[in-house]
Amino acid sequence: MFWQPAIGDGGNYLSYLIWGLVWTLLLSLASWVLAFVVGSIVGMMRTVPGSMLPKLGAFYVEIFRNIPLLVQLFIWYFVLPELVPIVGPWFKQSFSPALQQFISAALCLGFFTASRVSEQVRSGINSLGSSQFKAGLALGFNITQVYTIVLLPVAYRIIIPTLTSEFLNLVKNTAVASTIGFIDLTQRSKNMGEYTSHLYESFIAVTILYALVNLIVMLISRNLERATRLPGYLGEKK
Amino acid sequence: MVRTLEITIVAGIAGMLLGTLIAVMRLSKNPILSALAATYVTAFRSIPLVMVLLWFYLLVPNLIKKVIGNPNLDIRLLSAFIAFSLFEASYYAEIIRAGIQSISRGQVSASLALGMTVGETMWLIILPQAFRRMVPLLLTQAIILFQDSSLVYVMGLVNFFGVAYNTGIRDGTLVELIFFAGAVYLIICFAASTLVGKLQKKTT
Repeated sequence: MFWQPAIGDGGNYLSYLIWGLVWTLLLSLASWVLAFVVGSIVGMMRTVPGSMLPKLGAFYVEIFRNIPLLVQLFIWYFVLPELVPIVGPWFKQSFSPALQQFISAALCLGFFTASRVSEQVRSGINSLGSSQFKAGLALGFNITQVYTIVLLPVAYRIIIPTLTSEFLNLVKNTAVASTIGFIDLTQRSKNMGEYTSHLYESFIAVTILYALVNLIVMLISRNLERATRLPGYLGEKK
Repeated sequence: MVRTLEITIVAGIAGMLLGTLIAVMRLSKNPILSALAATYVTAFRSIPLVMVLLWFYLLVPNLIKKVIGNPNLDIRLLSAFIAFSLFEASYYAEIIRAGIQSISRGQVSASLALGMTVGETMWLIILPQAFRRMVPLLLTQAIILFQDSSLVYVMGLVNFFGVAYNTGIRDGTLVELIFFAGAVYLIICFAASTLVGKLQKKTT
């Protein structure tokens, strides 16, 4: 059944699902880049001395964590193009609907996951203790250098496992984008079920694909951990 | 809103009960039980909630109809309950397992030395302590469940967000209503997570 030609697509159903996987992974990667950059910035903001920046970071995190993902997605896709003055109409007119959905979903997932990444970065930096920070300052680094040379390399290595699970959560959350019409892997399994009326098989196939993505990401993360291990600091030597 | 709270509470409680069972299964000496529990947890944690909801929305009613033979619309709510309970159970199982494992082995040894069976040990000694430690995490997961309940939108079930969205489309005030829904969720979840934080401070 998987090797039967698909309606209106050319190519068989297996390639239909694989393309869904590709789109899902593209969305995940695009969102992850945004989430990682913004999350790191906000996480660092929450650990600098002073009171203005940490409060700003905390504000960001609370907003993006307490509104459900679906509501955020709707805000990004339906509400913002209406409200934002210049970019909004340009956004609606110059991009095809599929690209609009992709961009809205990538932005929404990116900022949502960024709030969780910032929590991880913050806990990673805090777990190093303030002694590292003070030692860096004592050595004559300014604050930026303390972060980039002393704190961040170790903090990132500490949080690799939790960042991996955040990335896997992100891949799963891309399924929510199907509510605004983005045809991701979940939506394709539904479509394929409707076209072929073989609902069970399509769902099982998609479940297997998701589990496969999980497995591969776990393996990559384990190898990354092993490759970046600092001698004598974290993890077991094998 | 009532429907959202219904789903949260029912799925939360059912998920916690089932999750406790699965966590205990996972930690048991019986390799079959622990493998079964591990498979369950891994399976439900690797697929999106949307997919689980779709599974139960599209597939399970067919199974149930064959058993009962009475197609009625109420099956959507029931399948939403079941789907959420099973999904949350896997997350709760992980939390509870971590809680149980954080109790020192000395407790188990002492209770076994006192002549209790393994079951009594679990029920009377380990689980009460583990739950006391795990309450903040369990409540945080319940808040996440409250947010994820907005996803029943994909099943066509009425819930708070669905009502807001449909009213917005009908009245043309979509922007304001979506913001309103977001603000309500924000206030509720923020208040709940602040309460959980206070609870955590009180019990530590």
